[in-house]
Amino acid sequence: MTTKLLFYPGCSLQRTARPYLDSLVAISPLIGIELEEIQDWNCCGATEYIAIHHLASHALVGRNLALAAQQSNGTHTVMAACSACYLNLAKTDSYMQVNAQLNRQVNDALQAGGLHYQPGTVRIRHLLDIIVNDIGIEEIRTQVVRPLKGLRIAPYYGCMIARPDRDNRWDNVEHPLALDKLMKAIGAEVIDFPLKTHCCGGHMTQINMPTAYELIRRLVYGAAQYHADLMVTLCPMCQLNLDAYQSEMNRHFHTSYHMPILYFTQLLGLAFGLEPEVLGLGKEFVNASQALSRIGIEVPATELELEMVENKPARKKKEKAGLPMPQMRHSEEEDE
Amino acid sequence: MMSKINHSTTERVGVYVCHCGSNIAGVIDVEAVAQWAAEHLKDRGVVIARDYKFMCSSLGQELIEKDIQELGLTRVVVAACSPHLHEATFRVACQRAGLNPYLCELVSIREQASWVHTDKHAATEKAKAIVSGGVERVLHHTPLDPLHVPIHPATLVVGGGIAGIQAALEIADAGFPVYLVEREPSIGGHMAQFDKTFPTLDCAACILTPRMVSIGSHPNVTLMTWSEVTNVAGYVGNFTVTVKKKARYINTDLCTGCGICQEKCPKKVIDDTFEAGLGYRKAVYTPFPQAVPKYPVIDHVNCTYFQKGTCRACEKLCPTDAIDFNQEDEIVTLQVGNIVLATGYDLFDARRVAQYGYARLANVFTSIEFERLSNAAGPTNGNIVLRDGVTVPKTVGIIHCTGSRDRNFNNYCSAICCMQSLKFAHLVKERTGATVYNFYIDIRTTAKAYDEFYQRVLEEGAIFVRGRVAEVTDASRMPNEEGKLIIQVEDTLAGLQRRIPVDMVILSVGLEPRRDSHEVAKLFGISCSSDGWIIEKHPKLDPVATMTEGVFVAGCAQGPKDIPNSVAQGAAAAARVLGRIQQKEIALEPVRASVDESKCSGCRICNGLCPFNAIIFHEDRMVTEVNPALCQGCGTCVAACPAGAISGTVFSNEQIFAQMEGLLLHNIEHPPLTEGVLA
Amino acid sequence: MDDQSLRVQNASPSTSVSPPGSFLQEVIEATPGDSRLGMCIQCGTCGGSCPSAADMNHTPRQIFAMIRADLREEVLRSNTPWYCVSCYFCTVRCPQEVHITDVMYTLKSMAIREKRYDDSTAPDFSQTFIGYIESYGRSYELGLATRHNLRHRPLQLPSMVPLGLGMLARRRMDFAPQRIEKIEQLQAILARAIELEVGV
Ligand SMILES: Cc1cc2nc3c(=O)[nH]c(=O)nc-3n(C[C@H](O)[C@H](O)[C@H](O)COP(=O)(O)OP(=O)(O)OC[C@H]3O[C@@H](n4cnc5c(N)ncnc54)[C@H](O)[C@@H]3O)c2cc1C
Ligand code: SF4
Ligand code: SF4
Ligand code: SF4
Ligand code: SF4
Repeated sequence: MTTKLLFYPGCSLQRTARPYLDSLVAISPLIGIELEEIQDWNCCGATEYIAIHHLASHALVGRNLALAAQQSNGTHTVMAACSACYLNLAKTDSYMQVNAQLNRQVNDALQAGGLHYQPGTVRIRHLLDIIVNDIGIEEIRTQVVRPLKGLRIAPYYGCMIARPDRDNRWDNVEHPLALDKLMKAIGAEVIDFPLKTHCCGGHMTQINMPTAYELIRRLVYGAAQYHADLMVTLCPMCQLNLDAYQSEMNRHFHTSYHMPILYFTQLLGLAFGLEPEVLGLGKEFVNASQALSRIGIEVPATELELEMVENKPARKKKEKAGLPMPQMRHSEEEDE
Repeated sequence: MMSKINHSTTERVGVYVCHCGSNIAGVIDVEAVAQWAAEHLKDRGVVIARDYKFMCSSLGQELIEKDIQELGLTRVVVAACSPHLHEATFRVACQRAGLNPYLCELVSIREQASWVHTDKHAATEKAKAIVSGGVERVLHHTPLDPLHVPIHPATLVVGGGIAGIQAALEIADAGFPVYLVEREPSIGGHMAQFDKTFPTLDCAACILTPRMVSIGSHPNVTLMTWSEVTNVAGYVGNFTVTVKKKARYINTDLCTGCGICQEKCPKKVIDDTFEAGLGYRKAVYTPFPQAVPKYPVIDHVNCTYFQKGTCRACEKLCPTDAIDFNQEDEIVTLQVGNIVLATGYDLFDARRVAQYGYARLANVFTSIEFERLSNAAGPTNGNIVLRDGVTVPKTVGIIHCTGSRDRNFNNYCSAICCMQSLKFAHLVKERTGATVYNFYIDIRTTAKAYDEFYQRVLEEGAIFVRGRVAEVTDASRMPNEEGKLIIQVEDTLAGLQRRIPVDMVILSVGLEPRRDSHEVAKLFGISCSSDGWIIEKHPKLDPVATMTEGVFVAGCAQGPKDIPNSVAQGAAAAARVLGRIQQKEIALEPVRASVDESKCSGCRICNGLCPFNAIIFHEDRMVTEVNPALCQGCGTCVAACPAGAISGTVFSNEQIFAQMEGLLLHNIEHPPLTEGVLA
Repeated sequence: MDDQSLRVQNASPSTSVSPPGSFLQEVIEATPGDSRLGMCIQCGTCGGSCPSAADMNHTPRQIFAMIRADLREEVLRSNTPWYCVSCYFCTVRCPQEVHITDVMYTLKSMAIREKRYDDSTAPDFSQTFIGYIESYGRSYELGLATRHNLRHRPLQLPSMVPLGLGMLARRRMDFAPQRIEKIEQLQAILARAIELEVGV
């Protein structure tokens, strides 16, 4: 049984979050979903557009909704894998439903492009929601051929998938459990991560680095304290901030965290027995091969592994400069 | 346009328009309304129309009385406030002047016009329409006589917390029989769980147990614990109440309360009720040593014998052979004239505020857990320690308003949490010397001696941070936070975000209606607010009566309150009941529904709808009947009957339709209204 | 507030004396839907929850108090809305259900329209981002990062460049921006929306 979904990839999945897309595409047939990309979709505006033009930000999203509604052959579910895209699409749809004036104005703008959208026509859902609530944990469990036994995971949801929860899809906006359950189903050991819905820094990495570094540090420090081998995420922005800026953060605080950040789809793929390469593994900045090899999964080294030279001095620096910076409790020996 | 009703009338109607000071006259041109009625409703029988500053004053009433006598009025319409407030006043005035009181109609131009509109012209026009509606309706009124029913002298009190205890003792002391029905094995309610009570810090047990003992030994009180009301029939003065006495498996005639069974019972269970989950009890137990009655109960869900068929240790060891495994639930029927509901409150489930970590973080406690922790008879003998049972906290944070004043949970203020938090601050300081933080939005210490208590706690050095706590976490950011619970809050007075590491967090959780409050309300034919608190007849002037005659409410069942107020309400409800009993009989409003048997098709649609259980179905004749003594005249069945077989006195179809015609001004030749006023 | 006073105020923001409470009204009106801003009880849950509070000039709660006090100038100059990371913690926790994150967006757009901010890093980032959307329909991260960083953080660039290059090497960024097919359609829609918005 295959579920057909309209798919809104969003800008990140095509670029910075390529591994997310690759792994999603790789596991789709195994979990019985068929993705149909919305033709000629445009950017959702991230968190920026609405800051400048309220109405235009909704019109921008409105175009996507209108295109999706047009294209919906046989399904009205639009799936987004990026939390920001998900929130923006869902928000415009729900604001248009409750606010008649906004609905009128957005449609007035869409008219200029020959489009129209009746709010509520399509239903916007996040990939995790579909996997957990439609496909179901049990179904996922049946697909597992290589349980990720022994891998300690910090499940990280980030902000936008959980909040604001307009349709009550999650058990709890402060402390959701969907991803926890999913990761347990594929055999991983899941820590009760208290920071699971805290902020990754969002666009702060573009605005004020010290603020962003601190937000990143809190999460990485938190996960390290719980002896997590890696953090798993479901949002490109979270992944980017925590992964790409981790070494910068280390440099800033003179710390030496090494906390790989993977997409949950990559781990699903591994558990389903897929090869690391097709899941986009190895493209992360903070290399996960060490953590994965602990459970017997070898990620072949790419020649690109060689660079990130600038990381190494940072690690050495730490040994010399004894600044009173947060210590992470070292986990290896205590791990069972 | 619809055809006008134009049958002439021989009635002589007087119309009285009240200014209500400026409440009505400030928005509505009352003079114009009266003038208009005199002119335009002349054909409809209006012989006099007046306006007056306060119709409800004695002078206002005399005006009506004089007109009745001098002008020979046969009907009276007063346009003033809501019938809730003054219908009775004007009816009595009519009666004094020799007119049947039910020939008087009060229409509201305050709640329905002046208070809800700002456009003076439109409001005035609307008032005219309302008066016109009242005049048309009153023409269809018929003289009625109130119903008289005798009052049974016994009273049922439901709930044996402090409010119910107080009510029961007052009535019993006055010499009348009381049945006190309590769900738990012992009376005492929440107060029995506390160590000290604010603001005076009296020992709760010391002031409560004497009252409990009085209940247990009072010749006029029949105490039924481990019991629940399952059915209520009848009406004020004559309720028939069915009570289920759950099997105790103890023969109370033989049991001496020696406690040997409890001591010897091998089955230990967590006590979620009395010990708030912090301590244990046995499968056979009394919740606490001073329990009234002294007899234990066997909790058959946990008892090894009931579950596995072996054990019977208690039976073997009981010195008086009081254990009786063959007991069964017993159904008892009681006759009572009045009922007092004092079912109290439940506590807000702190798990719902996930960001405070309750049930995830070991050292986050609820208020009721803390009460047990600080109670000398509690699981730690009154030692305030962390969940490990030994470590004394060095820093404690108390979070006010958990689950209260929050649109995500309960909108209302739970009234006691501020004082309770201050009490906790004092106890922690006194017993452990720990640093104590109180996190609050507002400190509400409004009752007598409450603010003095706040001053005292300030003097003792408790620290107050004004800010609603954002989260409690064990996720440290810095090494100095490790192993602690961190309270993250905006200190709103300093204007900055703070992270305060503590060892123990106490959540002052709010009070909530009993989880079954809606079912209980339905059982007793009364209503709850959407929150679930029982609605009183009038929030200011009749706080212990309910909309159902003969059913009263006291204590937290009506809304969050402290012990002094619960006791005051218990006594007040008792006074109301005693007043009723002394009257020996009661006059009931003759506003009733009745079924025209010839029209009733026996469909039974109305049967389940009556909120007062007044509808009886006669299987033999396949028709429905309304018991006039139970019916409160709410009109639900009248509206529901597809055959139009039910009508209500004072709200018959003729009356309602006439009023509507009047409101639409179909009774007047040239309605002088501007467009759109009625839209 | 009635429409008239709003118009007067917009016509000459600096000189006209606006009636008390008018800035609150202005913000409420500029926020779509019911923001419930007037219902704030100053409890501080937002300021306590905000991950960026430490770096903000004013906590969100303070901003709301300042809005009520008609401190228009100070509010629009504050970095607070720009430090909002849209985490929605405040919004879901606010006991009064104030739509705080939405209000932050409103304040940003007001500040941009009137160019009232001291540090332009954040506004410029938003503008650059939007610029890409308006010309390509999709965002172009490498260009964004370099253009933005060149303007604002020339000193940090050396460390940022390897990051960008790392991205390219991992094929996580493209050299060239991607353009959607019907870019004119999108541009027409956005132009009309902006027209409508300014017209309001
Ligand atoms: C932690 C905490 C500390 C407090 N400290 C103080 C203090 O120091 N000073 C102060 O003045 N106030 C204090 N209060 C408030 C105080 O608890 C209440 O004012 C008081 O207990 C209310 O009494 P009650 O009889 O109305 O309700 P309850 O005490 O709740 O009693 C209701 C009784 O009715 C029974 N019942 C419920 N439903 C049924 C049913 N359907 N059938 C039969 N029986 C039923 C229950 O079992 C219970 O015994 C505190 C409250 C809390 C939560
Ligand atoms: S029979 Fe039940 S109540 Fe009696 S001692 Fe055994 S477990 Fe306890
Ligand atoms: S709804 Fe009407 S017809 Fe049906 S049983 Fe009731 S009274 Fe009779
Ligand atoms: S959380 Fe809500 S009520 Fe509290 S200060 Fe912030 S906006 Fe105001
Ligand atoms: S949404 Fe913005 S203002 Fe609210 S807590 Fe998050 S960062 Fe702070």
